[in-house]
Formats: sequence, structure tokens, C-alpha cells
Amino acid sequence: MILSLQLGFADWVALFNHFLSLSLLAVGGAIITAPDMHRFLVDDNAWLTEQQFSSSIALAQASPGPNVLFVAVMGWNVGLNAGAGLGGGWISVGLSALGVFLSLLGIMLPSSVLTYTTTRWAHRHRDKRAIKAFKQGMAPVVIALLVSTGWLLTASHDNPARDWPLWLLTLVSMLLVWKTRIHLLWLIGTGAVIGAIGLI
Amino acid sequence: MNESPPLNVPRSKTDMFITFTVLALQGFGGVLAVVQRELVEKKRWMTQAQFLEDWAVAQIMPGPNVVNFCLMIGGRHFGLGGALASMAGLLMAPLAVVLILASVFGGVSDAAWAQGALRGMGAVAAGLIAATGIKLIAALKNNPMGIVMCVAVMVSTFLCVSLLRWPLIWVLLGIGSLACFWAYAQLTKLATNRTQA
Repeated sequence: MILSLQLGFADWVALFNHFLSLSLLAVGGAIITAPDMHRFLVDDNAWLTEQQFSSSIALAQASPGPNVLFVAVMGWNVGLNAGAGLGGGWISVGLSALGVFLSLLGIMLPSSVLTYTTTRWAHRHRDKRAIKAFKQGMAPVVIALLVSTGWLLTASHDNPARDWPLWLLTLVSMLLVWKTRIHLLWLIGTGAVIGAIGLI
Repeated sequence: MNESPPLNVPRSKTDMFITFTVLALQGFGGVLAVVQRELVEKKRWMTQAQFLEDWAVAQIMPGPNVVNFCLMIGGRHFGLGGALASMAGLLMAPLAVVLILASVFGGVSDAAWAQGALRGMGAVAAGLIAATGIKLIAALKNNPMGIVMCVAVMVSTFLCVSLLRWPLIWVLLGIGSLACFWAYAQLTKLATNRTQA
């Protein structure tokens, strides 16, 4: 379903500003700001339908590349909704492209500028004891965060009777990545097929 | 880990752009596992320990951690141009793919088979991320904190995040800063021992 929106200049600015304001809050990935995007895009402004919102995230997860691209898909859908009001066609594509551009630029510009300048500074001072201590001290924390991410993704399926095949799949792929050099795409593809035919 | 063969360096900004494009197009359900495998194990642009240090920074800065990571690597080798080339590589091809998928399959993602495929890919991706973490444990070998302290930090972080479900920020501020202080103290001790010797 596509909405029919009339978005003015101020609305596009508001869209850009919203993503801009979330950028620096996204410690650990843009996905942690998704609840606020939902509030803004679906609840407050009704620029996206519930279904468009959730399928934007699902689609970006299913396709290759950084997960932050779900933001681009949201911008694309907002543009599509705005374009339908003008008769679709090339205007629709143009507005969708504008939506992609503004949303991605907004979510990435502040964090990227901050990261780039901070890490350039840190690299110039990499022999300072404080910088070394920071990196060495955080190293075991980061390892634990990675393992925790795997754990949390698995534990969100919390019904042992129903979900044990999912857990098994996670465990087997973990062991294969750890112990073999099998190409990661084989694993992902196998997971998709097993899921699509309804085995898990 | 055998560190004897020397590391490679990226040849040019184009090299970085292509490398990150190829890498991003393989990254389903998160690019981290692919980054580690391509840059450390295949291209050998960095050691396991360097990867871990850089990833720690990329993870702590706001913004998508893979984007942060490629900004850092690109910037280190070729300055701002390298950072932008890496980031463009990471984003452009996957952006095209996801938008094509969005316009062609926009409605399909609610179908049962598509949901099932997503579940299956998600389960595998969880395993990939966990395995990458486990592989990086080897890189703690030369950590000045000592292996006992490293294990203690890892176990307590895992417990707080996975089982107690603390917000990330408190884990970083609490356990993270304690670990950094401890590392600082150990580095100071090492430095004084070295000057005395």
C-alpha cells in the first residue's frame, strides 16, 4: 500500500533534521534509534505505513551491505508516498531519490564527521599512553559485545520447543566460521533456503 | 597466530573503493564477519590485534560501526579522499541493490517464505558475529592487562549485556572505563620497568 502525501519544503527539511538529530545517538548502530524513527515517521507524521516501516528494516537486513541502509529504504518509501500524490512516474522516482539522499546524509553526516576527526586525532597520538590504554582496555569489552550480539539475536527466539532448530543453526554456523575457511555466502545462503522451505 | 609474512597495504583509493565494494556485497546480516575475513585473513592489510583495536574505536563512536571502521582505515592510508572512497565503496553498490529490491519486491517481505528466509539468515548471521568475537580472543595474547584480567572483563561484560540486559552505555562507562584504567596502570608499570632495566 502506498500513501498519498503532499510534502512541502519544510517537511523535507524536517525529515532531514530528524535523521540528523538521531545520528550522534546511534552508538552501536543506527538500528538502536529505530524506535524514534517509528515515532516520527509512522506515529507523528504518518509518512510511512506500519507495514512499510517494518518491511524497510526487513529488506535491508536481507540484502548485502551495512544495516544502516534500512534508513535509505525508509527515505525511499517516504518519497514514493509523496510522489504518488503527484501522479507517480519520474516525479515519484525523483522524490524517492531525494528521500534516500536526505535520510542517508542526515543519519551519517554528524557521526562520520565526528568519527573521522576524532580518529585522525587519535591516530596522530597513537603512541600516547592514554590512547593505547583506551584501545587495549576496550579490546576484551568489544569481544564480549560481539559474542553478546550473537547471543541476544539467538535468545530473542525464546521458545525452546519451537526455536531449537534456530539455535542449532546459529551454533553450527558459529563453529564453521570459527574452525573452517568456508565462504560466508554459502552459510547465509543455506540459512535462507532452510528458512524459506520452513524447516526452522 | 603466525605473524611472519609482512602485511600488505592498499595500493590506491581505487583499490580501497573496490575492496570495500566487494566486501559490502558479501555482507548479509552485518558486514563485520566479512571485514575481518577479507582485511585480516585474505588481504592482510592489518593484524588480528590491529583489527580488534580499530573495531573497538569504530564500535564506540556513534554511527554505523562498519562505516566508522572504513572511514578510519581509508583516512589512515589516503586521508580524507581515502575515507570517502572507502565509504562510497561500502555504500553505493549495496544501496543500488537494496533500492532495486525495494522497488521490485516491496510487498513480498510479508510472505511466509520470505519471513522464513529472513529468520534463517538471521540465525546464521548471529553465528557469524559470535564466531568473529571468539576468533579475536587470540589477539588478546599481547594485551598488557594480562590474560586473567582480559577474561574477567570479557565474562563480566557478557553477563551484564546478555543476561542482565544492562544498557550499552553503562557497560561501556562502567566495565569499559575500569578496564582502560587498569590497562593504563599496566602500561605505566611496563614503561617504568623498561626505563629501570
